[in-house]
Amino acid sequence: MAWLNNSILEDMGYFSDIYQGIKSLLTGMSITGKYFLNFRKGSITQQYPENRETLKMFERFRGEVIMPHDENNEHRCTGCQACEIACPNGSIEIIWDRQLDEESGKKKKMIDKHIYHLGMCTMCGLCIEACPTDAIKWGQNFENSVYDRKYLDRVLNKPGSKLMKGVEE
Amino acid sequence: MLLSITKNIHEWLFSLMPENVASIVEMTIIAIIYLTGFAVAGLFLVLMERRIAAWFQLRRGPNRVGFHGILQTIADALKLVSKELTGTIKADKFLYNLAPYFVIITALLALSVLPFTQDFQAFDINIGILFLIAISSIGVIGILLAGWSSNNKFSLIGAMRSGVQTISYELSVSLSLLTIVLMTGTLQLSEIVEVQKNGWLIVQGHIPAVIAFMIYMIAGTAETNRTPFDLVEAESELGAGFHTEYSGMKFAYFFLAEFINMFIIASIATTVFFGAWLSPFGITESIPLLGIFWFLAKTFVIVFLMMWFRWSFPRLRIDQILTLEWKYLLPINLVNLVVMAVIVWLGLTIQF
Repeated sequence: MAWLNNSILEDMGYFSDIYQGIKSLLTGMSITGKYFLNFRKGSITQQYPENRETLKMFERFRGEVIMPHDENNEHRCTGCQACEIACPNGSIEIIWDRQLDEESGKKKKMIDKHIYHLGMCTMCGLCIEACPTDAIKWGQNFENSVYDRKYLDRVLNKPGSKLMKGVEE
Repeated sequence: MLLSITKNIHEWLFSLMPENVASIVEMTIIAIIYLTGFAVAGLFLVLMERRIAAWFQLRRGPNRVGFHGILQTIADALKLVSKELTGTIKADKFLYNLAPYFVIITALLALSVLPFTQDFQAFDINIGILFLIAISSIGVIGILLAGWSSNNKFSLIGAMRSGVQTISYELSVSLSLLTIVLMTGTLQLSEIVEVQKNGWLIVQGHIPAVIAFMIYMIAGTAETNRTPFDLVEAESELGAGFHTEYSGMKFAYFFLAEFINMFIIASIATTVFFGAWLSPFGITESIPLLGIFWFLAKTFVIVFLMMWFRWSFPRLRIDQILTLEWKYLLPINLVNLVVMAVIVWLGLTIQF
């Protein structure tokens, strides 16, 4: 009689399959339905930031490397080239020469141009870690697209800028 | 009110010019109205799909073009119009260019028989449901042609899967609609609506009607090739299926037709199960124009249900699809048909 039992069980299996199928589909729909009703509270994506002026990015945000200048157009870069050496893919080039320092009257190493190739940068942050004088930092800009790749090569120190006093001591 | 407007235009046209010209002009006007409705409905459905998908996935969805992203799909359509129409060198050019029109014209034809409100129906044919079933199976020819003429193996596989799927599920759609026809005793859509003035057919037919509705929704979702059954487009394995080689406006035709088909499946469900333009408990019976509102409201609830399916259920394999159809839906459907016949024979339907 084993064959009979089997066939009966299989027949029962047919209907229990349908029951289980409908039940599991409804369970799935109730779960997604709950998510649908709570989309406002639990939204995991954010609105595109329109408030660019007042926006404060989070602490570890990495957009691009910038060199802050103070109101006298002075930066903190001594031209030590630590960032250039630290950069794993050559995104930073420093053009420097020895110029006469007005105060001490001696010849001193000074940067001419601190060139930063954003197009090559992988945002690893090793240059910022390597900088002994905190001359370069992460900027707040997050819209990095430009219409020509030449705009990706940036000179970070502003024209006519000088080294801030007291950085080298 | 709507009736009097259309009647006035009709009489004015016939008084203005000879009968043949007037009827052609009238047909053209109706065609333009339906084409506009077609485009607007398609664009709206795409936007609705994207927003609802976003909400199901806890995202925000398109919300930057226009107020809350209302103009997003219009911008997309303009982009698609401006795009180059590319094609493969080895494609069968004639069939390749013909295929999108097949798909879109069948979708339009089905739209013409839907009763949007009292007397607002372009073509009240006396075999309405048969016509709808027949038209909805022509659409698959367009998909098969597209896949075949693209001369791309992924397109062909996608098109063949579509053929298998549509031909199988055609059966369940037709049988579940036939179950309801047993109750109405007519195939004409306006008559079916008339019958439902004594209660919507899903209420009149109680248990077998609910089973028929469930089968209809499953099979209808499969017919439109939407996600639990989207083997046709299977992004993960076939690129984009039958429309891999299409670009620009031709792609947009396929895309729009897909969404319009979803609308049509939902509209048929509304017409046959949920009383078409009849308001619940006859609350706005005196204003026939509101029928459009009720029709669209019911339709969009069902469209939402289909979108809910899409964002809840995982995809089926091809053998699972055929098992579901031939081993489950079809036998249940046949039994259901007999049960419904017995219920109608014994007069066990619920009438208000």
